[in-house]
Amino acid sequence: MTASGDIRAGDRIVHKVFPPITRHTLALYCGASGDHNPIHVDLDFAKAAGFPDVFAHGMLAMAYLGQALTDAVPPSRLRSFATRFVAITQLGAKLTCEGTVTELFAEDGERRARLALTTRDDRGEVKLEGSAVVAL
Amino acid sequence: MVDQSAVGRSFTPVTARVEPGRLRYFLNTLGEENPVYRNADAARAAGFDGMPVPPTYLFCLEMMDVDDPFEMFIALGIDLARVLHGEQSFAYHAPVLVGDTLTFRPRVTSVTDKKGGAMTLIGIRCEVTNQDGVHVADTTRTIVVRNEVT
Repeated sequence: MTASGDIRAGDRIVHKVFPPITRHTLALYCGASGDHNPIHVDLDFAKAAGFPDVFAHGMLAMAYLGQALTDAVPPSRLRSFATRFVAITQLGAKLTCEGTVTELFAEDGERRARLALTTRDDRGEVKLEGSAVVAL
Repeated sequence: MVDQSAVGRSFTPVTARVEPGRLRYFLNTLGEENPVYRNADAARAAGFDGMPVPPTYLFCLEMMDVDDPFEMFIALGIDLARVLHGEQSFAYHAPVLVGDTLTFRPRVTSVTDKKGGAMTLIGIRCEVTNQDGVHVADTTRTIVVRNEVT
């Protein structure tokens, strides 16, 4: 985004693929994030709650999306970032995070772009849908 | 089941310090290699007065330093096994840097029943200020409770 004058609606500026999510990833993220809900790391707890297995924290998937976003846009330019957790992210999922410019506008005295964001697993199923506003 | 009486309810403010070691653990967990989060010179070159935090880390700071991470669920009588995260948003007003001490003030902003009461959506908004009283961010989250069918 250094040549911000060149950004147009429709441009896909965010794209990153992440390694498969393992049980180890979930255990590390449990500690690293402070989200100790056992449903993500304790198979017995997850089964008792009616799930076939543990599953990824929504915020782990959002953290990956955030990483893809600030690979493309310097963090100092990020004004807002929002997602909806559309579906549970299963163990083994290999996430692809993408962002496309949907709108250019002026707000609070600066030029900004709105991005539409998605996170899909390796079967193409949408896990997160979101948006971000960045200063150009 | 959570009802409208929960709207407006606030919870114990959380004070969290942005510690470099804990942040490094988070970066390593995510395979985050962006030098802006790891190298003081790169952070300065990117316009920061210190090392910034990644975009979702505010959510983690609030959970890490709260006395009881599930206070809200217990106070509202929600079973943790029935909770899913529906939506999350961050509005950034000023940089959050390593060494900052942040205060989070969460409160319930909405309670909405869905699917004939099978699910309840709880909206929570949280104002975040730093040690200088600067309003650095606002976060919102929607918690989905899968209600027991009776």
